[in-house]
Amino acid sequence: MSVLVYTESLKGKFKKNAFEVASYAHKVAQDLGTTVTAVSFNAEDAAALGTYGVSKVLKVSNDSLATFSAKAYADVLAQAVKAEDAKVVILSSTADTKYLAPILAAKLGAGYAPNVVAAPDSTSPFVVKRTAFSNKGFAHTEISSDIKIVGVSNNAYGVTENAVSASVEEFNPTLADGDFAVKSVEVDRVAGKVTIADADIVVSGGRGLKGPENWGMVEELAEILGAATACSKPVSDLGWRPHSEHVGQTGKPVASNLYIAIGISGAIQHLAGVSASKVKVVINNDPEAPFFKAADYGIVGDAFEVVPELIEKLKEFKAQNA
Amino acid sequence: MKILVCISNVPDTTSKINFTEGDTKFDTNGVQFVINPNDEFGLTRAMWFKEKQGATVHVATVGGAQTEPTIRKALAIGADEAIRVNAEPKDGFYVAQQLAEVIKNGGYDLVIAGRESIDYNGGMVPGILATLLDMNFVNMCIGLEVDGTSATAIREIDGGKEKLSTSLPLVIGGQKGLVEESDLKIPNMRGIMMARQKALNVVEPVEASQPTQDQKFDKPAAKGPVKLVDAGNVGELVELLHNEAKVI
Repeated sequence: MSVLVYTESLKGKFKKNAFEVASYAHKVAQDLGTTVTAVSFNAEDAAALGTYGVSKVLKVSNDSLATFSAKAYADVLAQAVKAEDAKVVILSSTADTKYLAPILAAKLGAGYAPNVVAAPDSTSPFVVKRTAFSNKGFAHTEISSDIKIVGVSNNAYGVTENAVSASVEEFNPTLADGDFAVKSVEVDRVAGKVTIADADIVVSGGRGLKGPENWGMVEELAEILGAATACSKPVSDLGWRPHSEHVGQTGKPVASNLYIAIGISGAIQHLAGVSASKVKVVINNDPEAPFFKAADYGIVGDAFEVVPELIEKLKEFKAQNA
Repeated sequence: MKILVCISNVPDTTSKINFTEGDTKFDTNGVQFVINPNDEFGLTRAMWFKEKQGATVHVATVGGAQTEPTIRKALAIGADEAIRVNAEPKDGFYVAQQLAEVIKNGGYDLVIAGRESIDYNGGMVPGILATLLDMNFVNMCIGLEVDGTSATAIREIDGGKEKLSTSLPLVIGGQKGLVEESDLKIPNMRGIMMARQKALNVVEPVEASQPTQDQKFDKPAAKGPVKLVDAGNVGELVELLHNEAKVI
């Protein structure tokens, strides 16, 4: 038996979270006294996973899998689980992985614990800590099925290097027509922009910014910081920003290292959604805004004065530390 | 077209969360329960299919008798019939197996569930039941059109969206975007009165596995007070983020 990890790539390159889930898998394998096998799809540099503790890579190279297909990918992973007699499967929390995880769970009859934020509490019984109640609490969940699936929350465990030499084997799964019954027609991905899921830093705007025309400074601040842009629920409901930027309880969760909230008062649903971020900064002209109780750093002031000033100071900072 | 909307009975989004019985159970004391928001977007989309395409809409939940006000609300919004599987929702896999039985018996063409419930956040019910029933599945669905037996769906991906084509029978894990917030319906008096006459069928659960169990809950650690920086000294914030927080 081994610990199997699905390492995601985009256009042949591993995503950052591939190294995080590999690191997590290494930790679990150590606890279980076994090794890590990764499955990669059309990735170029599969051996690079060795740096993060992967001993073996099952490399799938198949043109029909060039575009993500949840059912087909889940089928491949299920076959890899059987081939390796894996008892634990480690996944990330990206949109694609959250799509395939339940399919894989059903195929394997496996218990699935998503949004896991730490190494297992114990491996016998197998208990993991995960967020619940939309980040308002944590559950310590036992997975008691023979095969266990753990979905690691983005940015929660971090990347750790545990260099081993990784053997790379070609893996040729058998695909069925039914695997492609849901077909991708068109992918509309904003090029060159950091996504909320991948971002170390997220800069978020609320209704305090008064209108979509004022988002230029938010984007400029994000660009200087290499950050993703986000927004509060009212802003997306008003159509000022796309739904995909809405963070909070019914939007996307944020688990960045730094979250900067501009003109966001901090409704309980919003605070829940961003509470997994490590450091939170709030800029708001209302000192009574609830966000000040949830933030690490705050500035009481007019965003239209503070943000441009912050941009200038960050430019100076970057120039000095370049 | 026959649609089933799966409804989860969850604490209102403004609820403060507490645990009881030695932190092993969610404390429902003083908590108001509502239709899971992700399910409500799906239910509203189902109402659109009812109005525009003559679909029949049923709703189902897995839960005890205490969930009936929530499911009555779904009937008041306009669903035609409701099914309650009389069992505690033990985990996502268990719930999916119960709903799969309902779907098998009901002959539904389209099953709409929320991408996740806002309480236990399992995010697995629609995907598992689709796979158990060998139905097509689209997760994080933010747009859905049905024409005959063909379906076009939009799903959210990290940093964008993807358009998908598939066919019925189909299961979707829905969320905001299926309809807008402003499309959500508040039941009117007529709807509430009519809902009392509609069938709410209670069925007993089938034997099903429960591969996970929440052993214990806890809450995030209390946070220290915010460190305020004067608006006239923004440079200090940059300093703090670099030297103290070490995040830039």
